[in-house]
Amino acid sequence: MSVITVKNLTKKFKKFIAVDNISFEVDKADIFAFLGPNGAGKSTTIKMLTTVLASSAGSMFVNGFDASKEKDSVRRSIGVIFQDHSLDEDLTAYENMYYHAVLYGVPKNERKKRIESLLTYVGLIDRKNDLINKFSGGMKRRIEIARGLIHSPELLFLDEPTLGLDVQTRAFLWKHIKSINREEGITIFFTTHNLDEAEKVATKIAIIDKGKILMQGTLKEIKEKTKTDSLEKAFLKLTGYDIRDQISHTSSTMKTFARSRR
Amino acid sequence: MNDAITVMWDRQVKEYLRKKQRIFASLAQPILFLIAFNFGIGGMYSQAGNGDYLQYLIPGIIGMTILFSAVMNGMSLIWDKQFGFLKETLVAPVSRTSLLFGRCLGGATTSTFQGLIVLGLSFVFGFRITNWFYFPLALIVMFVIALMFSILGTSLASKFDDMHSFPMVINFLVMPMFFLSGALFPLENFPPVIEIIARINPFSYCVDLLKFSFIQVSEFGVLLDVSVIIGLLIILGIIGTSLFNKLEP
Repeated sequence: MSVITVKNLTKKFKKFIAVDNISFEVDKADIFAFLGPNGAGKSTTIKMLTTVLASSAGSMFVNGFDASKEKDSVRRSIGVIFQDHSLDEDLTAYENMYYHAVLYGVPKNERKKRIESLLTYVGLIDRKNDLINKFSGGMKRRIEIARGLIHSPELLFLDEPTLGLDVQTRAFLWKHIKSINREEGITIFFTTHNLDEAEKVATKIAIIDKGKILMQGTLKEIKEKTKTDSLEKAFLKLTGYDIRDQISHTSSTMKTFARSRR
Repeated sequence: MNDAITVMWDRQVKEYLRKKQRIFASLAQPILFLIAFNFGIGGMYSQAGNGDYLQYLIPGIIGMTILFSAVMNGMSLIWDKQFGFLKETLVAPVSRTSLLFGRCLGGATTSTFQGLIVLGLSFVFGFRITNWFYFPLALIVMFVIALMFSILGTSLASKFDDMHSFPMVINFLVMPMFFLSGALFPLENFPPVIEIIARINPFSYCVDLLKFSFIQVSEFGVLLDVSVIIGLLIILGIIGTSLFNKLEP
């Protein structure tokens, strides 16, 4: 059963095509890795799927809801962990989670219990009343994951979740992400530049570059099709060795980039 | 009240109360204006037979405090864009209109609080409310003005990504609004062209209504003041909602 169905999805910023007619499906309880070099269109795709950004063409269904028309239903059914930290640094860990619980409609009598249970799960219950600006990058990520799960989403989007984290924190996060996938059947859709991570955890993979999906399938299928013995080699074979200009994922930068190319 | 509005209001107020240095720093400008204008030209004003200048000045200074503080609430939106919290709220299953009004109501609450601190300080300088019966009206007026300019600041901020250029643009907009409003000097003393500009300036009507609330003096009439303020609040609410709905993090 498909949790995400994307058909001919396109996103244009003026004449610049950030996502170019892509199609793919993600099945329930998959751990789906969406890989690509900088500026490939990964974050733009995530923003469209999470209803933050409108598409220019094509269709996308998330948990059975049309992401272009049924935005609130999509939003209620997903958790999102962005590439950049999105916590309010001047609030405590508990407050950040509480506000999220309210915004996502978690019943009042369940909020405290769920927050404390998730903070215990990510090992930060003792720091619940500390301001986020006192936390390390890894601790912030753990709070974001706990926060993303508070409304019991069926699908969790993770945009480069381990960027800038040390080895121990990365291992901790993946262990927990795999456990929620296995035990609660939550589908995971993630992007990463760390191909070793993707190789270890992903059940399905899609490789995107210059807005187009170049290949998708299981790790085994991708290796077979590219006649390589690792995901990194397959990735390089498909996307080439050219170093890409660093194009920020933000739509405003995309727009600036689009203007500069007019 | 709508949960999203409550959450955003609570967050704005909590952050304000936690940044004590911001509270004190934002009081420096009104106190400076109060001292400079009261002691600088207060004597001349009284000698010209216009009455007690402090009584005339304080409602304008309170208006200025609210105006600057409320418009600068837009900075919080730019901050949230830069540091990611905006994305977190924009992917939540709540209407953006609720998010906008929660933010602006929070900003209006803190700006009104700033105005009340300045009012408290003005008593030390000798200001007196002429009729306390109108004080509840003054509170409402302060809050409505704060809400109006919070919406203006937040709407403008929705078009900015740069934390440095926003205050410059705001100063360019807000300074003339303040100086050409009758907050510091009666409009009748202005040259005719400036007086016309002052009469077009919406902040003139805010100051006029504040003067009525505190000292029961009004140049334009309460009905006109209220009509302008309510009309502008509705227009800004519509524009703000439209801009916030188009906001892309």
